[in-house]
Amino acid sequence: MDLSAYLTLAAIVFTIGIAGIILNHKNIIIILMSVELILLAVNINLVAFSTFAGDLTGQAFALFVLTVAAAEAAIGLAILVAYYRNRGSIAVEDINALKG
Amino acid sequence: MHETALSLPVVLPEAVLALGTLLLVLYGALRGERAYSVVTEISVALLGIVFLIVVWKSRPMGITFYGAFADDPFTRFMSGLAVIGSLVTLLLSLDFMRSERIAGFEFPVLILLSTLGMLMLISANDFIALYLGLELMSLALYVIAAYRRHDLRATEAGLKYFVLGALSSGMLLYGASLIYGYSGSVNFNDVATAVHDHRSMGVLFGLVFVLSGLAFKISAVPFHMWTPDVYEGAPTPVTTFFASAPKIAAMAVLVRVAFTAFPGIAGDWRQILTFVSIASMALGAFAAIGQTNIKRLMAYSSIGHMGFALVGLAAGTVEGAQSVIVYMSIYVIMTLGTFAAILSMRRDGKAVETIADLAGLARTDSLMAFFLATMMFSLAGVPPLAGFFAKFYVFAAAIKADLYGLAIIGVLASAVGAYYYLRIVKLMYFDEPVRPFDRPDVIARSVLAVAATLVIVFLFAPSLLTNAAMAAAQTLF
Repeated sequence: MDLSAYLTLAAIVFTIGIAGIILNHKNIIIILMSVELILLAVNINLVAFSTFAGDLTGQAFALFVLTVAAAEAAIGLAILVAYYRNRGSIAVEDINALKG
Repeated sequence: MHETALSLPVVLPEAVLALGTLLLVLYGALRGERAYSVVTEISVALLGIVFLIVVWKSRPMGITFYGAFADDPFTRFMSGLAVIGSLVTLLLSLDFMRSERIAGFEFPVLILLSTLGMLMLISANDFIALYLGLELMSLALYVIAAYRRHDLRATEAGLKYFVLGALSSGMLLYGASLIYGYSGSVNFNDVATAVHDHRSMGVLFGLVFVLSGLAFKISAVPFHMWTPDVYEGAPTPVTTFFASAPKIAAMAVLVRVAFTAFPGIAGDWRQILTFVSIASMALGAFAAIGQTNIKRLMAYSSIGHMGFALVGLAAGTVEGAQSVIVYMSIYVIMTLGTFAAILSMRRDGKAVETIADLAGLARTDSLMAFFLATMMFSLAGVPPLAGFFAKFYVFAAAIKADLYGLAIIGVLASAVGAYYYLRIVKLMYFDEPVRPFDRPDVIARSVLAVAATLVIVFLFAPSLLTNAAMAAAQTLF
């Protein structure tokens, strides 16, 4: 297979992730999943580029991204739990205490 | 520049800060809640030491860690500025955290971790180091935005900041992956060489994504949506922090990426930044007019100020880079001073945040009214205060680079923006007084006084700052 197939796949996954954040009006968990999709798209890109160029930097980068993504998800869920305790809901339309 | 594989003296500030922070976590975990005061005081001392190491002249400079980490005059200037921002924030937070009963040792530790991220970010010389620094800074910021965890508004601020922050770092990463693929390297200098020879669509797309990710961190339009909500919802010391140190770090890395990685396609990023700058200045000027909450007003004010700073970057010259550095230095002084005043707005032991609470301050506390009025005049850009010179340098750089339209729009935006700063001055000096504030905290009062003095005396020795900024800017060319 050629590189462009991988890049197209990554671009589609990335777009799904962005759309999931912008269009979703239901649940914050879906937003967290969309963020993971975006990071996975990045990893597909990095690994594909790295393999086709024969340069290991991209794969090292992907490992760093994986690690940071785990930390990011942990912090996101922790903030979400704290928010749920105060608000009693995790629906996107209920996030409206701050406006202007 | 001198390049080495591994060199510890070059990363000494980061090493000291990381080690100190880990020891403080350990101490705090052993002592529990009571450790707050001690940990905060040691953190301030630690940041003081790190500042001295950063500005220590005889420490060797160079690029190290196989090209990932650059220590040059630019790094040192911006790191010093960011460390000052964190240090003053910690000092200002002491009184507030105690009286609001949210004092925990985690707060200073998170500030330190975030500062460590900023130092790594400012000295990053490839996209991996940039990403790691940015995330270390942001992950700590997400947590301290929601630091008052039993408060609905604070957790909502944290949640909003997290979601949009994660989205922006995802975009930045996607951009970095495209740049890596189409230029063959993550190192800024190698990217510059590759992009100079041939400019591909992939690199251009990557550049746009990276710029959007960084624009989010400096809260430039159209990635500013989180700023007013987070500034309003987060506890005031946290807002102080958000408005000062992370802005400097993100602006520094934006300047570095633009000038060291993409000098070959300067025409492209200058166009993007011109648009972002105009939109930020306009939004900062108009959206702040109707605000009643002073923290929200400062959010729009900071969006506007980032727009003004980007005018210098859009110029794309060495004078432009110098003017951005000067602008950020003066901006951080004005912001810390203004927030010191906002932190002193307490009545019956409770913090008040509306602009109307400042009415008639000149009669109840004339000293604070004078200092705050100085800050407001400076933020508005009234001569002969420092804020005027900051704007003067960026507009001069824009005119030298033939960006007349941008400079004219900037001057108009700053005239519109002056309205809401001067409204606060009018409120303090000509309206009927409401009840006086509580006795001010000594630290907040001294920070406000020092900031006001610096803003006034800048007139007499501008070359101290401009020469240092020029030396820093020249390392990027």
